[in-house]
Amino acid sequence: METPIRQRMSGNEAVSEAIRQVNPDVMPAFPITPSTEIPQMVSTFIANGQVDTEFIPVESEHSAMSAAIGSEAAGARTMTATSSAGLALMWEELLLAASNRLPIALTLVNRTLSGPININCDHSDSMGARDTGWIQIYAENNQEVYDNYIQAFPIAEDKRVHLPIMICQDGFITSHAVENIQLLPDAPVKAFVGDYDPEEYLLNPGKPIAIGPYSISAYAMEAKKAQAVAMENAREVILEVAERFYQMSGRKYGFFESYRMEDAEYCMLLIGSAAGTAKEAVDELREQGFKVGVLKIRVFRPFPEKEIAEALKGCKAVAIMDRVESYNGCCGPLGSEVTAGLFRNKVMIETVCYTYGLAGRDFTTTHVKEIFGALKALVEEGKPIPHNQYIGLRTRS
Amino acid sequence: MKNTLEIRWHGRGGQGAKTAALLLADVAFTAGKNVQGFPEYGPERMGAPITAFNRISADPIRVHSNIYEPDFVAVVDETLLVSVDVTDGLSKDGAIIINTPKSAEEIKPLLRGYEGRVITIDARGISEQTLGKNFPNTPMLAAMAAVTGVMEKDDFFREMQASFAHKFAKKPQVIEGNMKALQMAYEVAESA
Repeated sequence: METPIRQRMSGNEAVSEAIRQVNPDVMPAFPITPSTEIPQMVSTFIANGQVDTEFIPVESEHSAMSAAIGSEAAGARTMTATSSAGLALMWEELLLAASNRLPIALTLVNRTLSGPININCDHSDSMGARDTGWIQIYAENNQEVYDNYIQAFPIAEDKRVHLPIMICQDGFITSHAVENIQLLPDAPVKAFVGDYDPEEYLLNPGKPIAIGPYSISAYAMEAKKAQAVAMENAREVILEVAERFYQMSGRKYGFFESYRMEDAEYCMLLIGSAAGTAKEAVDELREQGFKVGVLKIRVFRPFPEKEIAEALKGCKAVAIMDRVESYNGCCGPLGSEVTAGLFRNKVMIETVCYTYGLAGRDFTTTHVKEIFGALKALVEEGKPIPHNQYIGLRTRS
Repeated sequence: MKNTLEIRWHGRGGQGAKTAALLLADVAFTAGKNVQGFPEYGPERMGAPITAFNRISADPIRVHSNIYEPDFVAVVDETLLVSVDVTDGLSKDGAIIINTPKSAEEIKPLLRGYEGRVITIDARGISEQTLGKNFPNTPMLAAMAAVTGVMEKDDFFREMQASFAHKFAKKPQVIEGNMKALQMAYEVAESA
């Protein structure tokens, strides 16, 4: 195991540090708002000669993803960075990157999609892109986003996968917060990520290929099925890479983190920085003898349905937390997929779907305790609560 | 959070309250602590009220919410006292540090009945005297370090010297003034 380097930095700096260590070949990016400090920090590394990445400052995110597709197709290890409306402008190209099986690594700072006009954290950007065929991995803090980024290329570039990957962190809450972190030395990170050696690429005169041609109906559906199989394959690759990362760093990762779930009767299932807040509240409630736990989703695409159902089967009730509104009258995407997964795996426990933290609304340990209290009242006293509700709304005074 | 020092900074955009919070996180980190330093982003513009936060602990910090019951509060701009409830949730066992040339007794009536310690410091005056300009966040940082005792005095000055040497590598002539501002503010806060 490598000796860690004790440091402190923001989530943006942590990702930039990982990019410096990986030294990708090409980074097309829109360099200003709605993007973050990340392209600026990488530009500084380039200007200082610390990396030899080719930076392409494009005029929009649509062009950033287009350039990334061209570059990756040509055979270069390619990454980009964006946030919020920037991801929305990439939309059309996101699907092409995935269907062309290009292992681009995108680092995303999760911020809301307007309106009302707002710049703060929620998951509406990446959750909107959940069905574009990208692998999605989320982080609780700066440490996790650094670790996830280092694992991104070995996952995406694996020959069983060949899919683009989105490494997400919560806007401002982790991207702009300075916290402690354990960095890894450069050499083992570079060895871990390895060289990019694509089997087929455009700039290979010995083996000419076409990328992205028209596909008639007689063949297009098979291409999509192959893409779905690749996403299925990503499951085992994600776990293999996590195991290899554990050997290097001593930090364990899986599809999700189970916190105090061994004997938990009530669970809060969520994604991102709010998981830390939930763990803090769980520790306090545990001291009062309340058997509660947290299930923090790390990998949302591919969706670990069976594993989640297995982890929840001993619980009486679960609160499923979405930091995005789906406007479907039922619940957010995590709520929909977890409840469907529970049903399909015959785990018939109580589920309550909550919407929280939209557009930067704060989420506190008080909210966590209130939700666990409501779950307990539902199960033990039969006190009904709406199965789809908001937490943290302003009240009339 | 148990065993954690929680601090809230109130300032106006452009006065460096966020920078002060990040610098405090930085020096506490070098003293071996676990830290958080983060701003709350509202409508970012010069002069608008802003808030920034610190958590400092011997244990790993997991909570990712704002701070509602701080141990200490710093107010970088005294005009905020009339428009913002700066003592909201503030522990009466803690303290509030306010940038003003007025005395604590003169300021107390504006603090909505706050019962804890009130420390006033003329951060503007100190800054203008030592730096020739109004950079109130540097003296406020020293006052916060003195009042919270987050680290040993000698460690604080040694780390700040190193931090300024790095930050002002291209204009070393301002380091001495900044150190002087820290020392004056630290002494005022220490004896308050």
